[in-house]
Amino acid sequence: MPEDNPIHVMDEADVRREIARLAREIVERNGGTGHLVLMGIHRRGTQIAALLRDAIEQAEGVRVASGSIDITLYRDDLGTIGPRPVIGESELPPEGIDDMCVVLVDDVAYTGRTVRAAMNELSDWGRPRRILFCVLVDRGGRELPIQPDFTGREVEVGEGQRVEVRVTELDGRLAVELVRTEPEVA
Amino acid sequence: MTTTAPTLGKDLVGLEHLSAGQLRTILDTAEPFKEISERRIKKVPVLRGKTIVNLFFEASTRTRISFEFAEKRLSADTVNISTAGSSVSKGETLVDTARNLEAMRIDMVVMRHGSSGAAQFLADRIPSNVINAGDGRHEHPTQGLLDLLTIRDRMGRIEGLKVAIVGDILHSRVARSNIYGLLTLGAEVAVCGPPTLMPPAATELGVQVFTRVEEAIEWADVLNVLRLQLERMEAGYVPSLREYNRIWGVSNARLDAAGRDLLILHPGPMNRGVEIDSDVADGPNSVILNQVTNGVAVRMAVLYLLAGGQPEKAEAAKQGGET
Repeated sequence: MPEDNPIHVMDEADVRREIARLAREIVERNGGTGHLVLMGIHRRGTQIAALLRDAIEQAEGVRVASGSIDITLYRDDLGTIGPRPVIGESELPPEGIDDMCVVLVDDVAYTGRTVRAAMNELSDWGRPRRILFCVLVDRGGRELPIQPDFTGREVEVGEGQRVEVRVTELDGRLAVELVRTEPEVA
Repeated sequence: MTTTAPTLGKDLVGLEHLSAGQLRTILDTAEPFKEISERRIKKVPVLRGKTIVNLFFEASTRTRISFEFAEKRLSADTVNISTAGSSVSKGETLVDTARNLEAMRIDMVVMRHGSSGAAQFLADRIPSNVINAGDGRHEHPTQGLLDLLTIRDRMGRIEGLKVAIVGDILHSRVARSNIYGLLTLGAEVAVCGPPTLMPPAATELGVQVFTRVEEAIEWADVLNVLRLQLERMEAGYVPSLREYNRIWGVSNARLDAAGRDLLILHPGPMNRGVEIDSDVADGPNSVILNQVTNGVAVRMAVLYLLAGGQPEKAEAAKQGGET
């Protein structure tokens, strides 16, 4: 992929620092780790949720429940951009989400449509006591009245740029970068 | 996600002309759909607002209900039309029926018809997506796909497996869809049945022909046992059901002689004690009910893949950097 000179926004140490801070804030807001569920949004939200879970475990000594959610079938754009043949599986924590405090975790907050879809999917699965929204990077550009409750860092994205969160499991490194979007040949 | 999976086009008429990549796309897409049927609320909104007509010119319970569950679990609106009590019984032609439905602004037609080629005929004449739910002796593609999925689930692969299809090959659209799909995905296929129920040029399909069921069992890893349609007996293809069972019936005694486990499939409805014995149908190697469960998932996958608008736009959207 022609990612000529990605601009570094956060390196691994930066990301880990933000994760530790976000983990603290989540526990604080929830008043402890009771009834807490971290739900990562497929794909990179899942990795960020796993990092948060580790951070909470380190600080509190408790491994909170977690799961993942794939919102493909809840998108509002099937008619315009067509089916995505690769649908990830959604995974609920064994305890379920009824009466839990569910934190939806994603890598980037942008239009807000993804988290809208994720909330719809969650409400088909059960009735959480509360849903909170946590992102590592907020790039602005919301198309819906939805804001994150916990934000790692706000990043300004210029014309022809895209913010990419790199995670170890999928990309071999943990970082946040700005890349150019134009010359990508599929 | 940088992989661009092959698309299916407008219709699903048969498996004959699908590539291995297209078949795999459908099977892989079916996997996550299995989980939806296990949820408390068995419904996702992906086909909200789509109207689907189930047009059944032949009797069907399993296939029609399976399609209807698949459609409803994807939130589509569905209408069922069967020949009895519809204007079809008043002599309306197939195209006129379909055009009238089109005039009511439908999006997809799922059709079963007694004539081979009916699905293609319809697909060529209306802009809606057409899914073949069985046409004459031609194909029954979603049955073929659910058989492929069930085999892959249990055996972990399809390539290199030996699959024997036993029974009435001559009249069987299930056999044809199975043969095309299995061969494309790299399995070896054999057919086995009475000479009166065997197409004269079966080997031209690229399959082996066994005349004795014992030989097929000896050879195969997977046995797909077809239903003996009772009207065949009346038409003189087999002398009696009892004789059919004695010579062609799949029994534990015959399976034990192979000395290893064979996976047992049957598209249903079963004639217990005719083509398959009860202790085989209910035995540990039978995946007959898994086939039914997988049928819903595979049909959801087909509906989802056909209903999507223009997949080439997905690439463009990705480059726009939406998350």
